[in-house]
Amino acid sequence: MSLIRKPLNRRSILRASAVGGAALATPTVFTSRAWSAGYLNEPTGSTVTLGFNVPQTGPYADEGADELRAYQLAVEHLNGGGDGGMMGTFSSKALKGNGILGKKVEYVTGDTQTKSDAARASAKSMIEKDGAIMITGGSSSGVAVAVQALCQEAGVIFMAGLTHSNDTTGKDKRANGFRHFFNSYMSGAALAPVLKNAYGDDRKAYHLTADYNWGYTTEQAVRESTEALGWETVETVKTPLAATDFSAYITPVLQSDADVLVLNHYGGNMVNSLTNAVQFGLRDKLVNGKQFEIIVPLYSRLMAKGAGENVKGIFGSTNWHWSLQDEGSKAFVKSFGQKYGFPPSQAAHTTYVQALLYADACERAGTFNPCGVVEALEGFEFDGLGNGKTLYRAEDHQCFKDVLVVKGKENPSSEFDLLEIVEVTPAEQVTYDPNHPQMAGGQLGTCNPGV
Amino acid sequence: MLGLNKKDAYLFLLVLALVVFAPFLLNPFPENSELAQFNAGYPDLMQRFLIFGIFAIGFNILFGLTGYLSFGHAAFLGVGSYAGVWMMKLLTMNVIPAIFMSVVFAGLFSLLVGYISLRRSGIYFSILTLAFAQMSFSLAYSVLTPITNGETGLQLALDDPRVLGVSQVDGSIPQANLFGIPMRESFELSLGGWLFTFNAGYYLCAVVMMVAFYVAVRIFRSPFGMMLRAVKSNQQRMNFTGLNSKPYTLAAFVISGMYAGLAGGLMVAMDPLAGAERMQWTASGEVVLMTILGGAGTLIGPVLGAGFIKYCENIFSKINDNILYGWFSGLPEGLADALVFVIHPFIGKGWHLTLGIMFMLIVIFLPGGIMEGLERIGRLFKRKPPSEDNAAAQASAAPAE
Repeated sequence: MSLIRKPLNRRSILRASAVGGAALATPTVFTSRAWSAGYLNEPTGSTVTLGFNVPQTGPYADEGADELRAYQLAVEHLNGGGDGGMMGTFSSKALKGNGILGKKVEYVTGDTQTKSDAARASAKSMIEKDGAIMITGGSSSGVAVAVQALCQEAGVIFMAGLTHSNDTTGKDKRANGFRHFFNSYMSGAALAPVLKNAYGDDRKAYHLTADYNWGYTTEQAVRESTEALGWETVETVKTPLAATDFSAYITPVLQSDADVLVLNHYGGNMVNSLTNAVQFGLRDKLVNGKQFEIIVPLYSRLMAKGAGENVKGIFGSTNWHWSLQDEGSKAFVKSFGQKYGFPPSQAAHTTYVQALLYADACERAGTFNPCGVVEALEGFEFDGLGNGKTLYRAEDHQCFKDVLVVKGKENPSSEFDLLEIVEVTPAEQVTYDPNHPQMAGGQLGTCNPGV
Repeated sequence: MLGLNKKDAYLFLLVLALVVFAPFLLNPFPENSELAQFNAGYPDLMQRFLIFGIFAIGFNILFGLTGYLSFGHAAFLGVGSYAGVWMMKLLTMNVIPAIFMSVVFAGLFSLLVGYISLRRSGIYFSILTLAFAQMSFSLAYSVLTPITNGETGLQLALDDPRVLGVSQVDGSIPQANLFGIPMRESFELSLGGWLFTFNAGYYLCAVVMMVAFYVAVRIFRSPFGMMLRAVKSNQQRMNFTGLNSKPYTLAAFVISGMYAGLAGGLMVAMDPLAGAERMQWTASGEVVLMTILGGAGTLIGPVLGAGFIKYCENIFSKINDNILYGWFSGLPEGLADALVFVIHPFIGKGWHLTLGIMFMLIVIFLPGGIMEGLERIGRLFKRKPPSEDNAAAQASAAPAE
């Protein structure tokens, strides 16, 4: 108070400007960094730390556990242990089984809880505390997008795990983020011809869609590709993600004149909605003189297991399946099976491949610098990792490869043998323009090495 | 000092010292030792301690003083976060407008929710607030997707307008900053085997938290705070004397809502993203746990509770079997396996179990929370134990309370 009453004089002005100057100069004090390295978390010792950020609790904990198994297997192989798995069949021979760039691979794990906030907190602690140079994992698109943005801001590489929404490499793509898994658009494009063959081109579809981002993009993708066949979309209904009983949503389907039900649901949602639909006798119905059919755009073995009998004969798409007979898949299934006693899921496959691809990119770039890794991965063509010839497209950091259309098996021979491959849709058929309307908006930006 | 009595002034200085020296205190183990796993002195977690501390302090103003148990406080934190991110998208990456608007929006929203919910008390009030929070969560998750970006969470993009700042710098999103000091910026000090990190964002949180703490102390000691305590002890009697208690409870509700908004704004300032699950009932429940765990109605208890829970969440969840084998590598294999088998359920994904057990133990044996524990320890070390007749006097005085 007393300061205000004083008239302004030369001294007080001088004093004020000195204080102000000091305040303005403070930012420069903070710019000094302990690391003088060229990029964040540069490994200086004999080891390099990777961060495996997977859901260990929550609705996707099963997928998360399988991802973690695959990562541990990948680390073992990278460090020269085990039988080397897919390193032997991988078309790039840069990996020598002595870690990455001669540094032994170590890892830290975290729990994403399938929540963006928790996932970011976990990833941040890996980066800030454990000095992780790369973050990978996740089993939900929301988490993938959130963690990808964080890695871009912080300046490390993000190798996405199981994320199927178009947005991950569409409107929310980032220069430091890469996705091996396929996406909603590819599911739609791969399913459409198979559906045409099986069910004809004059069908009326009814969509039940999980009410969140992934549901929307999947519904859009399937709707657009089936409408291109000549199908009609009767109705699209959003169902709450937390719903466990879908009977209230199935009854209106019976009253509509739709003859196909598309369940844009994943995980537990899909298990419940499919079970409800089958219990209501939808599959025994004849509508417009045609057999009523159900379609599940994104399938996984873990979901098929949950839905049991009900998946028989139902079409869907998947990124990879352990019954594939190429050399890479066989090698992976063998070493995974030997270590854990059962075949890997598609989540395990994509995360294992991502870990290998990252390590290989570092070897080829000769550095862990994120910008070098980005350069090495962009436009990288490879083979022998279970999906045939694959391209990491430079424009959006999405992998383009064959997509599997699968069907619930009528006579499963074991509890793992639940899906049969109907068709392997070639990569050309699911490739799209980077500016496709379903992917529009968003820019990659430039890579960020974190300094 | 600053209008505080001597005891409060000491407490304030103690908290100040703890907060300022936290980067040292939370990193007691050298970088390369096995115990470095338990270090909590990295920026993200330290920021979280303070932010959730603010959240819990605010919650305590409502719950600790008036006894109104709100089960929907996470909604205000969420609203604050969304307001903050929108400020960063539309206005500037400077954190001041973001934090300011977070508080304003959370305040307005809590005024609305409070006005309706406070028509009832007790369990009905709790349910009403819970309903509001779940409603906000569902809206943010799906219906309001254009504003909240649904499940993915609202985040910054390269083509945001940012009318007072720049949309992008060399193809990346500009960093959140305070007049040019980036929140991510850290200064690292290496002393022997120890590495201490001093983060700009953390110290911004520290300043805000000290202000929030100071305001809370003043509220606790004010006539207004006394009124709130009266509401807790017997609201009916208060009403019979002709006092209208509603303005007081509503004021307390809005103040604590604004604290929650402030926490949300700070979260955004440290990490520019707002996800809908911030508003979920589990998040609301968490702040209740923090307050009860630390000691409801005490000044510093909720902050300790917040720290405790966040520590469990971030440290225990990251211990995996590999690390355990690392610790026990000196032991014979069978014994190591047995130990890992025993500890396994409590670490990694089992951190909820650890937290649950701790919570039960504390609530059963220390109903007053961590603060009661500290008090008991303090009493052990008191120089003069109360004499016989003192204790008797206290015992006879107790029923009158």
